[in-house]
Amino acid sequence: MSEARRMGTRRRVLAGAVALVLLPGRGGAETPALAAAMREAVGDAIPVDGRIELWLPELVDNGAQVPLAVMVASPMTAEDHIVAIAVFATGNPTPQVARFELFPGLARAEIETRIRVAEDQEIVVLARDSGGKVWRASAAVKVVHGGCRG
Amino acid sequence: MSGTLHGTPRIRIPAQARPGETIEVRVLMDHPMETGLPHGDGTVLPRDMIARLEVRRDGALLFAADLANGTAANPYHVFHVRMERSAEFTFTWTDERGRSARAVARVAVG
Repeated sequence: MSEARRMGTRRRVLAGAVALVLLPGRGGAETPALAAAMREAVGDAIPVDGRIELWLPELVDNGAQVPLAVMVASPMTAEDHIVAIAVFATGNPTPQVARFELFPGLARAEIETRIRVAEDQEIVVLARDSGGKVWRASAAVKVVHGGCRG
Repeated sequence: MSGTLHGTPRIRIPAQARPGETIEVRVLMDHPMETGLPHGDGTVLPRDMIARLEVRRDGALLFAADLANGTAANPYHVFHVRMERSAEFTFTWTDERGRSARAVARVAVG
């Protein structure tokens, strides 16, 4: 079992649910600069909630090393695969965490890593598939000792 | 500018796999990922960041990560690969100054 799954909570399960909701105020933490960074990472398609599961702790003592697992439902075939996953810590001084490029030799569209969390905030993950669609999931995390310098 | 990136890669990958088996690959690079932003005590250290990790199988890109400030020190990544035949994996880290480090692992399938 992965570190993030052991330590974390499954935060969002929307596999298969195609719910295009862009409510006013949703993504209120997304400044114009952050929105531009998100478009640069995954393209201009309007993100749709779904296909992504996030695992991260709800509450962490040390924000400098926070386990995060991202699982995107995808067959990862040449015809249908996830091409990019981008992670944003919306409340960090600089919200960019990482952008992953995935290729069909991967068995699953899954990545596990460790991130910095400066303060209580929302972690946003976007995934672009080979058809150009962009999927989105987010989860809140609270931190006792912030991982500064992020 | 180029040269050697000073960090110690640690890679956990099985030496052998069955045809069609999915293997887990764990990659950790010892590196401070110093952003140049102030520490809690006000100390500021020069920026020193790994910018990218590339993983290739027999030369073909399989996974890449562009790393930014929110990636924790000692960048750690886990991913899963489907193995059909024996292959050589190369792992290349490049920092923002163009210095790189490389590691190689072979997986025998049969």
